[in-house]
Amino acid sequence: AAMVTMNADLRRERAAATFQPELVTHILDGGAERTRRRKEIEALVINDPDFQHEDLNFLSRSQRYEQAIRKSSLMVMKLREYGIADPDEIYWFKSFVHRGRPEPLDLHLGMFLPTLLTQATPEQQDRFFMPAWNLEIIGTYAQTEMGHGTHLRGLETTATYDPATQEFILNSPTVTSIKWWPGGLGKTSNHAIVLAQLYTQGQCKGLHAFIVPIRQLGTHEPLPGITVGDIGPKFGYDEMDNGYLKMDNFRIPRENMLMKYAQVEPDGTYVKPLSDKLTYGTMVFIRSLIVGDSARSLSRACTIAIRYSAVRHQSELKPGEPEPQILDYQTQQYKLFPLLATAYAFHFVGAYIKDTYHRISGDINEGDLSELPELHALTAGLKAFTSWTANAGIEECRMACGGHGYSRCSGIPDIYVTFTPSCTYEGENTVMMLQTARFLVKSYTQVNSGQRVTGMVSYLNDLSRQRIQPQHVAARTVTVRINDPVSLVEAYKARAARLVEAAAKNLQAELNHRKSKEDAWNRTSVDLVRASEAHCHYVIVKLFTAKLSEISNAAVRAVLTDLCLLYALYGISKNAGDFLQASILTDTQITQVNQHVKELLAIIRPNAIALVDSFDFHDVHLGSVLGRYDGNIYENMFEWAKKSPLNKTEVHESFHKHLKPMQAKL
Amino acid sequence: SVNPDLASERLTASFNVEKLTAQLDGGAEHTRMRRAVVEAIECDPVFSRENEYFQSQNERYEAAVRKAVYLQKKMYKMGWTENGPEYKYIYRALSGDVALLLHRIFMRSISVLGSDKQIAKWIPLATQYQLIGSYAQTELGHGTYLQGLETTAVFDITTQEFILNTPKISAMKWWPGDMGRSATHSVVFAQLYIQGKCYGVHPFIVQIRSLQDHSLCPGIIAGDIGPKMNFEHVDNGYLMLQNVRIPRENMLNKFCEVQPDGTYIRQGSQKINYFTMTTVRISLISDEVIIPLMKACTIAIRYSVVRRQSKLKPGEQEAKILDYQTQQEKLLPQLAAAYAFHFINDYLQELFDRGYREIQRKNFDTLPELHAFSSGFKAMVTQYSTSAVETCLRACGGHGYSLLSGLPSLYTKILASCIYEGENTILLLQTARFLIKCFMAASAGQPVPPSVTYLAAVKPGNCPAKNKLDFLSPDIYTEAYQHIAVRLISSRAAELQDLIQSGVKKHDAWNQCTVQLVQAAKAHCHYITVKNFTETVEKLETKAGIQKIMKHLCDLFALHGIFSNAGVFLHDGYISGAQMDMVTASYLDLLAIIRKDAVPLVDAFDFTDKNLNSALGSYDGQVYQRLYEWAQKSPTNKQMSPAYEKYLKPLLHNTLSKL
Repeated sequence: AAMVTMNADLRRERAAATFQPELVTHILDGGAERTRRRKEIEALVINDPDFQHEDLNFLSRSQRYEQAIRKSSLMVMKLREYGIADPDEIYWFKSFVHRGRPEPLDLHLGMFLPTLLTQATPEQQDRFFMPAWNLEIIGTYAQTEMGHGTHLRGLETTATYDPATQEFILNSPTVTSIKWWPGGLGKTSNHAIVLAQLYTQGQCKGLHAFIVPIRQLGTHEPLPGITVGDIGPKFGYDEMDNGYLKMDNFRIPRENMLMKYAQVEPDGTYVKPLSDKLTYGTMVFIRSLIVGDSARSLSRACTIAIRYSAVRHQSELKPGEPEPQILDYQTQQYKLFPLLATAYAFHFVGAYIKDTYHRISGDINEGDLSELPELHALTAGLKAFTSWTANAGIEECRMACGGHGYSRCSGIPDIYVTFTPSCTYEGENTVMMLQTARFLVKSYTQVNSGQRVTGMVSYLNDLSRQRIQPQHVAARTVTVRINDPVSLVEAYKARAARLVEAAAKNLQAELNHRKSKEDAWNRTSVDLVRASEAHCHYVIVKLFTAKLSEISNAAVRAVLTDLCLLYALYGISKNAGDFLQASILTDTQITQVNQHVKELLAIIRPNAIALVDSFDFHDVHLGSVLGRYDGNIYENMFEWAKKSPLNKTEVHESFHKHLKPMQAKL
Repeated sequence: SVNPDLASERLTASFNVEKLTAQLDGGAEHTRMRRAVVEAIECDPVFSRENEYFQSQNERYEAAVRKAVYLQKKMYKMGWTENGPEYKYIYRALSGDVALLLHRIFMRSISVLGSDKQIAKWIPLATQYQLIGSYAQTELGHGTYLQGLETTAVFDITTQEFILNTPKISAMKWWPGDMGRSATHSVVFAQLYIQGKCYGVHPFIVQIRSLQDHSLCPGIIAGDIGPKMNFEHVDNGYLMLQNVRIPRENMLNKFCEVQPDGTYIRQGSQKINYFTMTTVRISLISDEVIIPLMKACTIAIRYSVVRRQSKLKPGEQEAKILDYQTQQEKLLPQLAAAYAFHFINDYLQELFDRGYREIQRKNFDTLPELHAFSSGFKAMVTQYSTSAVETCLRACGGHGYSLLSGLPSLYTKILASCIYEGENTILLLQTARFLIKCFMAASAGQPVPPSVTYLAAVKPGNCPAKNKLDFLSPDIYTEAYQHIAVRLISSRAAELQDLIQSGVKKHDAWNQCTVQLVQAAKAHCHYITVKNFTETVEKLETKAGIQKIMKHLCDLFALHGIFSNAGVFLHDGYISGAQMDMVTASYLDLLAIIRKDAVPLVDAFDFTDKNLNSALGSYDGQVYQRLYEWAQKSPTNKQMSPAYEKYLKPLLHNTLSKL
């Protein structure tokens, strides 16, 4: 029946694809069996009347929060009822229930419970874990303060140990120390894991985590000494009660400090943790999730924009002919196809990071921390690189939908406002890039002092060789073959090496001029960020290229190779300055690159719809009138608009209150 | 009291802030008038925007209607008129948060497109708000491409009426402001049919709601199009017409008329119409684009000297985030762009005033140039500023994401300007078409408009800069921009010619070159903006330090453009790799220099706190206190959430399983 009503343009597009979209879906999901299971869970949620509700665009913030809470409660119940326990399956279930949006229990499920598992003593687990598991305790994770975010050491909340009563006294000594932003804190939680500077025996021992009850069980009223509330309206995250928390001489028992690693003994003696590197692990994990989220959010926006561009007809390409699909305009292809290629690239990078994390965390459990610094640097950089790119890309998709993209019915505004904070949370992007840069500079210094480096930065080893053979740089120019992804990886590698070297040299020059290391670092930071970006860009091109060889189906491999080439060549075209300045490519080659990008647009055009269909977003999940699978856009925009809150009555009350009296008086 | 971190920034200004403000306003007397208007509006509680961030779409709409109605009284009381010098300041003071703005467009279109008789009939009614007008052009299926509109107006000789219809769903009028709920009348654009023949798109006055009870007229289906990214205060609407009959006299007929017997007559020149479109594009640049950009810069830069984070030197206090090079590199180029665009706007206004005088003398020669300029600069300035505002938003970290920062609303509002009044890509291609034409003419030795004569004066050779200081010479960088614009335009012209000679059809050849044609049009606008900035700086008074700081900003704007588009400048070797390193060095040096004046430079924009409506950007820099106070006003904190009783309580008490 779906075929009968499907928009004719989309039907034609789908019939003309050169490959089977399901095969690509399987690759993205990590196997046919996983696709099957994902769709099974998807059906479970989508066919469940309990999870249905009015279009969120028409609800107020309070109503959206209420809907989210309602669904979250049911979700927890049903997950247990269905026995879904695998992390990926829970993720699928949750993301269908909430349609890829945040929800008030995110911090309880994603931070509070895991932190208890990793940092609580067995006694604390007994006291808190089961009640939290059963949602008698709902917790959040209160780290960020009004005055401090990514720079954790600057947090000002204090926890002062009082040996007389064996309690910690928690305080928010300044306005800037008020906890600000934690999700679920504003209205939902009755407990929080609070990060505070620990003072014992008159000394500050740095940041530690404490379990703090904040609301009365039963009445849900804030406890005496606790001021808690919602931080007000935001760009997005309407269903999340991001909150503030101010504590005035609030006392908690000594046993509420999370003491698996560091401890405060009854007399106030402080016992240091064995290693502080272990906390890296969680950060790496969450940042790696953001890489995958960048891919998914960009994929959703691409799906909407590309489907809409196949349905929308406008103006004329050839005199006298019917209006063409806007996807036939080169400028439209140039806006959208590089983003489509980027979405694919990020999917593969996200999968790689996830696998690598699991592999390395196995090593960590066995005490091997050797790969952790590189993984940490790589995830920090890739988190920043992919979230910046996806952020800009989602906006580009929205703009490509013209005026209708601006309507909430397009769904893209929502994707954007939900996604954009990931440039800030879990580590502000510029700071992340500089952390990666620190690792790159360190590796460069090692190479310079004769050591070899391994992993993704091993290209730096070549730099010392080049200095021995000065001809090498010039010789390399001609070897880049712009039709060959493997050769393009080499070009990106050379660019990364050149920018890392330039930044490291500039840093050294600044150090020679100035006294302070910090000053020199700051004065080189623009260069350092560029170096990190080039490094990440190289890693992505490399991983995308490597993925191609794993694909057995020839038709699929062909279309993904086109995308991979487009991704790599578009990146060169956009950053031509770097490649020209380092003599990696010549003027003529850049002209060829630009030309080839345009040719690839035309090559990808017939498969564009199939390539977004392969992402396999259900309409309910996509939440977009413009991006509907059946392409029946205009009728459904009209149906949607009729439900707008302003249309509830035919004559708006403003007429009687304001307009009519004015007409009478003038 | 002013936050000491902000106060200290003001003590070291290298120039006189008040004098720069006067310069931006076009004279101290204008500054005085602006402040008087702003003061009169802001002291009036009706115009308060205090609760804006907490209101629903319905509440925002109602408040905007209330303000619009009240504004009429206020203007009468103050002796302000719609054509008076105060009017633009009123709009600025309201931050556009007022309804019935389309009513003015309705009136303007009648004044321009209507006959004297029509003007005499409709304008007094509209002036006295006996009716409320809207302007319905865009449809669900068609926007910038007007010829594609599908609404029909068929002339019925027997009744001397036009019958208006929405023949299919995509023909429904969609987006017109004030139409969803407020308007009683609208100018509707429709394809005119007489005796089966189509005469193209024409404007008609159509009544859509009753003047008695505001109910919809027979044959009319209209309503609000639903929530958008912003403009919640505007009831953008849809309109469906089913055999709606209007008298023959309701077609606006200054230029075209349908006579009683169905004879179609075209009279006068319609070119003046295009001129209206171009002036709208220019007029939006100041109010809808430059002012929001200046506000965003003000908020982000003030916040960046109050926010301290991490340490630059061990043992010292945490550093102001504006002291980080990466933060300077995010914000200061946007500040430079705000000034560059302010000056290019002055230039465009002058160009248009001159053009208007010519047109009044029936000389339409300048029209193609004006059209190309208005299209290109509208596109370039809106696109650049939109991404600049987003950069400011993200430069404020987490707090920028709060609506209370003011930045999300500035962003969601400015980004609409990339689409309305002509989608930017299409506009840039129109500019490109003009440039290619001029280039061909210039190459053939034919005369071209003065603004593009540079296309004929191609100088050979490469950039002569020898050290990084040379790149602070306006001649050096202006020539680089000129070189790039000429190269991009000439190589596209050559490519087009090659393609056509090789047998590719003209329109196909054009489509194959569009990506780079867009780039060429931008390069042209960028060049003119840089050139105009340098010329403006030369003319500024040297006293009070204003010229000096503006010169720095001009240099920064120019070098930022080269730094961010390095590939284009390196491409044919005009700038060498070694020179590009000099550009980068000079560019980064400028950041540190302008950093010292950053706060005075945004203070000079002279926005009041009420106008900024930002917890992060206030003049006194009491960021955190304000954020805390404002958050407490949020409705989510005033009422107990029903969610607790309904869902949380059973959840917490584990009674959920019984549900």
